[in-house]
Amino acid sequence: MESNAIWSTTIRPGGKWSGTIGRGKLIRFTALEAGANVAIQLYHANDLAERYNMPDSLKAQYTARYTRGNVLMSDNGRVLASFVEDSLGWHDPISGYSYREATDAKYGSTNYQAERNEWLRSGEENFAVELVRNGLRPRDMMPVVNLFSKVAVDATGAMRYDVDHCPAGATVTLRTEMDTLLVLSNTPNPLDPRAEYPSVPIQIEVLQAAPVDAADYCLNFRGENRRAFENTREYYTLLGV
Amino acid sequence: MSVMREAAVQTREQSEAVVNEVILAGDGWMHVLEPGQVLRIVDMEGNQAADTLFYDADNPEDHYSAVATIAAQANIYLTTGSVLRAESGKPLVEIIADTCGRHDTVGGSCSAQSNTVRYAHEKLHMHNCRDTFMLQLAKQGDERYTKRDLAPNVNFFMNVPVSEDGGLTFADGISSPGVYVEMQAIARTMVLISNCPQLNNPCNAYNPTPVRVLIWNE
Repeated sequence: MESNAIWSTTIRPGGKWSGTIGRGKLIRFTALEAGANVAIQLYHANDLAERYNMPDSLKAQYTARYTRGNVLMSDNGRVLASFVEDSLGWHDPISGYSYREATDAKYGSTNYQAERNEWLRSGEENFAVELVRNGLRPRDMMPVVNLFSKVAVDATGAMRYDVDHCPAGATVTLRTEMDTLLVLSNTPNPLDPRAEYPSVPIQIEVLQAAPVDAADYCLNFRGENRRAFENTREYYTLLGV
Repeated sequence: MSVMREAAVQTREQSEAVVNEVILAGDGWMHVLEPGQVLRIVDMEGNQAADTLFYDADNPEDHYSAVATIAAQANIYLTTGSVLRAESGKPLVEIIADTCGRHDTVGGSCSAQSNTVRYAHEKLHMHNCRDTFMLQLAKQGDERYTKRDLAPNVNFFMNVPVSEDGGLTFADGISSPGVYVEMQAIARTMVLISNCPQLNNPCNAYNPTPVRVLIWNE
């Protein structure tokens, strides 16, 4: 598997990353230990005002969780990326990311001066840095997808994080359907009840994807997904590529 | 719940409101709430959806955050006691009365583009909340409000149940004529409403109707 990757990296606990990934690539995320949570945001690399839209994606697919077959739609009704492989069956789109204040309150106050690079990072600050690096602002923060996390909702609306959801070695693979700016923060899910900063290393590999054919699972998953793929195709047709 | 509803009913006189306007279905409304002011949104004919966004009026790039709001209360539905938060986590308004029972914040707003995905490419021409939001931002004449600031919104009176196994549906409304929700501004807050014109799903019983907005100074 490793030999097929055109690029790979390991993200430390509390780490962050951003980068532009062209369309037609696979992004394989692997939890190197149990209990991973990676918050991701996606923007259309050629028009950063177009980005992953949580409600549009959820209501089109009648779901409050992501798994193989689901797609991440932009606010322009296009597919930014598809879930083409998933060993877990549930990735969380509704719980957001961790804040500095909550991180200090939950795991104890840390700072760089005292702990150097072992200080406990927050999603809030990780995203702020990576957004500004890419010419964006905190205004561009939108609901994230928390890969590897399961947060179920009961009949009263109460949200519950499943501590045992993600084993070591769990994988999920996204396929980019548009040129995508991926911004991520490897920080704890805000609803994770564990008292010790629950963040583990993850591996990211980028591989070349096979072309999307007529039998593609994500394309055929729902009529809604097919129409979003058609909107994406229309964008590239008009662009002439 | 019923005790809370009775306690919440009609504690303010319409005649004392400083703002009292009707927003027709398909129209938008944008207004600043000063700290302490109370906004009531009335579902006049029932089963309507009032798509609503909030901004820190002193720092508009700090927009409403659905996920910060629901994660902080560990519950996806909004009702009396819910504090609606900005992306920074800052509390903007608190719901202080609610005769509906619960409101949605994961369903977002309809758009021309999402209508093509959800229903058919031929739906592109239909009026939608995203267009109303963008028209309001354009008319505001304040360059601090841009398309990038259109975060996922609250849908007052809308019913979007999520099941234990992760399913999500758009159910018939749980609202009825005269039902209302009241919120008090904690910070100076810009409110942006699109009174939903959607004709393709039961969020408003396929019949978009007016809502009334009232503001009291306290």
